[in-house]
This record gives sequence, C-alpha cells and structure tokens, in this order.
Amino acid sequence: MLLRIEPRPEVSRPFTCATPAIAMLLTVASGWLLFLALGLAPGETLYQFLVSPLLTLNGLAELGVKAAPLVLIGVGLAIGFRANVWNIGAEGQLTIGAIAAGWVALAFWGQEGLWILPAMCVAGMLGGLAYAAIPAFLKTRFDVNEILTSLMLTYVANLVLSVLVFGPWKDPDGFNFPQTKLFSESAILPILVEGTRLHLGALVALGVAVAAWLLLSRTVVGFQIEVVGQAPAAARFAGFSGKRTVWLTMLLGGALAGLAGTFEAAGPIGQLIPKLTPGYGFTAIIVAFLGRLHPLGIVVAALVMALSYIGGENAQVTASLPQAATGVFQGMLLFYLLASDFLVRYRVRLLAAERKLVTAS
Amino acid sequence: MTFHISRRTLLAGSTATAATLALPRGARAEGPLKVAYVYVGPIGDHGYSYSHDQGRKAVEVKFADRVKVTYVENVAEGPDSERVIRQLATAGNDLVFATSFGFMNPTIRVAKQFPKVKFEHATGYQKASNVAIYNARFYEGRAVIGTIAGLMSKTGVAGYVASFPIPEVVMGINAFTLAARKVRPDMKVKVIWLNTWYDPGKEADAAKALMDGGADVLVQHVDSPATMQVAESRGAYAFGQASDMARFAPKAHLTALVNDWAPYYLERVKQALDGSWQSGDVWWGLKEGMVKLAPYNPALPENVRAAADKVKADITSGALHPFTGPIKDQKGSLRLADGQRIGDADLLKMDWFVEGVQS
Repeated sequence: MLLRIEPRPEVSRPFTCATPAIAMLLTVASGWLLFLALGLAPGETLYQFLVSPLLTLNGLAELGVKAAPLVLIGVGLAIGFRANVWNIGAEGQLTIGAIAAGWVALAFWGQEGLWILPAMCVAGMLGGLAYAAIPAFLKTRFDVNEILTSLMLTYVANLVLSVLVFGPWKDPDGFNFPQTKLFSESAILPILVEGTRLHLGALVALGVAVAAWLLLSRTVVGFQIEVVGQAPAAARFAGFSGKRTVWLTMLLGGALAGLAGTFEAAGPIGQLIPKLTPGYGFTAIIVAFLGRLHPLGIVVAALVMALSYIGGENAQVTASLPQAATGVFQGMLLFYLLASDFLVRYRVRLLAAERKLVTAS
Repeated sequence: MTFHISRRTLLAGSTATAATLALPRGARAEGPLKVAYVYVGPIGDHGYSYSHDQGRKAVEVKFADRVKVTYVENVAEGPDSERVIRQLATAGNDLVFATSFGFMNPTIRVAKQFPKVKFEHATGYQKASNVAIYNARFYEGRAVIGTIAGLMSKTGVAGYVASFPIPEVVMGINAFTLAARKVRPDMKVKVIWLNTWYDPGKEADAAKALMDGGADVLVQHVDSPATMQVAESRGAYAFGQASDMARFAPKAHLTALVNDWAPYYLERVKQALDGSWQSGDVWWGLKEGMVKLAPYNPALPENVRAAADKVKADITSGALHPFTGPIKDQKGSLRLADGQRIGDADLLKMDWFVEGVQS
C-alpha cells in the first residue's frame, strides 16, 4: 500500500483553531484509559494532572517560573527556524549566559546596587550571543552545518561550567561541594508575587514575545527573515542577504538563551550549580514548533508544556501516579498536539492507482 | 479522604482534641502521619534511589495505617526540586525526606516557609530547627571491598567508575585504595568521572575503558548495574552499589556495598509519630547497620572472606579506622602521621587523593 503525504490545497481555518481542543480531548480520553489500566481513579488523576495546578496562586506562579525560560528560548529559536537557521544549541548558549551573569554576580558579591542585575543581564546576553557566534561564523564562512556545531558546543559549555563550579568558583565554605556561593541580594531577581517564586524574568519573557511578534509582523527585518526562509532564491533577487540573516537570527537566539540562563541563575537557583536546567534549551525546540513558530503561540505552548511537567509532579504527589506514566501522558499530549497540527495542513492519501500501474508493469 | 460533618464526627473530633491535650507536646492526635520521599533517580535504578525506596517500604510495612507515604522519583536537582518539595509540604505532608545532595538549598528554602513541617536532608551539611541531616559512612564499607579487591586482583589495577568529585565520592575512593594497598602495596586505582549519578550507557563505556586499561576489579559510585554487567561479560570482578546486585552478575559480583536506610527511617518516623522528633545530624556506618555488605560470592576464597570479615569487625568495634596514618597523597608527600586519624570534619570536605589513585 502506498501512502503519500501532501499539503492540503486549502487549510481549513476553523479546523486550525479547533485542533488544540481536539488534541486535548484525545489526550484526556487516552489518559483516562491509561490511568484506568493502572488501577487509578482516572477522573481524580486527570484532575490532579491538568486542573489542580491552575487552582492555586502558587500553582499559577510555578507555571510562570517554568514557562519563562521556555518562552525566551523558544521565541529566539523560532525566529531562526523561520529563516531555516537551525540552532539546536540553545542549552549551551543558556549555560554560557548563566556563567557570564554568574561571573558578574560573584565579582560584585556582597555589594549593593540596582545596577548589578542589569549588568548581569547584559553579561548573560553577551555570553549567549558570543557562544552562538561560533556556529554562525562557521556556517557563514565555511558552510558548516549549524545543527551539528551548535549541538556539540552544548557539551563543551556544560564542561566549562563544571570546571568552574568544581574549581575556582567553588564556594569556599561549601565543604568542597560543586556550587558557587549563593548570590547576594542585589544579584537576585525581584519576586513579583509575595510568597511565590514568580520572578521579574517571567514578565520580561512575555515582553520579549510581544516584541518578537512585532519584529516579525511589522518590520522589514521580519519580512526578510520570512522570505529568506521560505524562498531563498526570491530573497537573493530582492537583495536580502542569507548570511546576514544567519548572523542576525543566531545572535538573537543566543542572546535570548543567555538571558534565560541569567534568569535561572538569578531567579529560582540563586547560584551556579553543575546542572542548571532540566534541558530547557532542548524542550524549547518542541515549544517553538508547538507554538507554530509564532511568538504568541509559543507563550501558550510554553504554558501547556509547563503544565504537563507540574501536573505530572502533582499527580505523583497526590495521586501516586508512577513517574513513567507521567512521561507517557506527556508524550501523548505532545503526540496529539503535533499530529493534529500536521494533519490540518497535510493530508495522507492512499495511492491505489499507482499501485495498479506498478503491478501491471 | 472525604469529610462528613455530622454530630457523630463532631463529637469524635472533640474527643480527639481532648486526647491531644493529654498527649506530650507536638504529638499528633488524628489521621495518619503523612511522610514523603524525594528521589533523584528512578526507584528502578537498583542503586541509590532504590535503596531509599526500600527504606520507605519498611516504613509502610511497620507503621501501616498510622502513616500515609508518598514518593516522587526522578526529581532533577535544582529549581525543579524546590517546587516538588514545596508541593509535598503544601499537600499536607508532615515529614519530608529529601534524599540527594542537590536538594539541600531548595529544602532549606522551603523549610523556612513551612516551619511546622519536618524535613530530613541526606548527604548535605545545612541544618535548621526543622531540617535534620543524615548520611551513611559509606567509606567504612568501601574499606571492606577495597580489602577484597586487593586480594582478588591479578593485574594489580582496580577500575573505579565515579560520579562527581565531591567529598562523599573522594573519601570513598580513598578508603577503598588505602584498604587495597594495605593487602597489596602496589595496587593502583584508575578513576573515570562521569558527572552523573545514573546513566547506564556511560557507566558501561567507562567500565569497558577501565578494563582496557588493565583493571580486573571494578568498583562504582554510580547507581545502575551496568558496570556489573560489563564485568560479568568480560570476566572481571565487581562490587554492587547501594543494593545487592548479584542477580545482574552472578560470577562477577563479589559482594555489594548495601545502604540500609530502614533503621533510620523507622526511628525518625516513630519519633515524628510520638512527638519526640528533633532536628539532628546523623552519620551512621557499619556499627549502626546503615552500611552493610551483601552476602559474599560463593566462589570467594576462604582467606579473602576471613580478611574482609576482620576489617568489618574491627571497624564495627572501633578498633580500626579506615583513615589511619601514615597516609601519603598522590604526590607521595605525607598527609597524616603514623597512628593519626582523619576527623569527621576533615573527611566531610576531603578534596585530595591518596597515593595509588590515578585520577
């Protein structure tokens, strides 16, 4: 049997809007069966997974804490993906950004000043930007595939961080454990809602998403990125430089990842430790596509992703759902979301006619 | 649990209140004690998280209806752990065991916000009035397996699959090496660092590399049985980590360094139930049974068993301290004079290797 996947001639607008809801329904239905098979109360487990984190102030705040880095990185990556620039190494750019910001925090440790946090943000963005410049340079100068270089530089970044926290930056009063001193008060992000961990970085992430949306929809630069991505030949005729676009999108993505790293170190962590994130740089790639590469879509996608993590923990805590089952449920959610999104734009056709032809010959 | 308010339950409630007044300060009067565990790895790692989970099960068996126990596994060290610990406190848990070093600062932060919840943090150094710390003297068990390794090795090279160069791991490597060199003075210990606690693929690669480098006895301070399996398939000896791993490598598995957290967990839960729980600092070893050795492999020769048993008995009785001078460091300079012992404070921040370690 031959299958062919082809773009739908016309994408149904109502369906485009309805797919997230359809995917959600399918996830809930499959989850119901999964939890039933595990011998858990399906209604209660689904409630703990998808609803209960949204009912408390702290739950909502945690959603923001978890989504903020995903939004920052996802927006940066999406701009590149739109231009066919595949930066897979946001995790490394995040790490170098956090290191740069941490360097400022440690250099001025114990000092007070409103300038310390902004300085850390600038350092973090420059760090991420500089690290993204390496694959950008290799791509534009030697035409080296940026997927490989940016990915592999992630491992290098993690080792650089390890060298620092196991070595010169180790807290002298920390019993030789691999961590820096806790940052002093001036190097810690202000909390937005008292009693929670929701920090200023979440607000900044939202602002960045709106700015990116304006950049893409209202400016010539945004138009260039779009054209270079969708029609490279047309872009050349129009005089838009592919190389310039690579540089622009890589550096932007790197800077935003660096900023995300800064916010993690100066926010919920408050110091540098050997493992800064549970892989936000990679999760953000999924988030970018889940949000259809649209900055505002990415905000929604990041919140959904955050809910799936926090709900998973919640279901473990309150409904004794095994950790592997939370992973399966998350996987189903992503699968249905991405699959329905795909099927709205493409259709799968059985090619019976061609098969006959093959048999005849 | 559902709440029905009726005259009967209201009455029952008031008797409960009366009972509370009669009980010692801090004792609980109603409902099961809610106990929670946070694990860094999966409970199926057969190593560290598994051993804590065995302790949790012992609590459930012993106290049955008097406790309600939950656990969360695979919790990343760092900001996620703070959310999980906070969630557990918010969900009404009375006693929370955070079982990995990286949960330290998060635990301390959450404990400040929940002064009535009791926290216990394993392998760290920060205490608070509602945060107790506990750890096991793994190095005592490592001195026993070091003795066995020294006697069993033909090549005189042991391979050590290690996680992070933190004091815990460093002192384990040193205790192992000192004991091995006591019975075989030319013993060398090659170390590979993995920067992870659990990654079966990396663990197996490291084990292979160490064997290629001449090691015929493998030791690990990571949590999966991968090293055991490599040793089994390539004819080397190895020691299980945290739990008895004999079933993964019946021939290679000489014994295992078993962590038995159950005695501590049972005692602390009992104290929380009867109201005598207090913050504290516990570092138990072979004597208290927090560190144990799995049954020896039947193939282990009699003289090796006797030597290992002697080391174990002497450490238990206090006659032997694994870190007794003279001890030289990697460069060959004397760090500890003859007869001196390294104190707990210095052990807990150990960052240098003894002679014979190749790291």
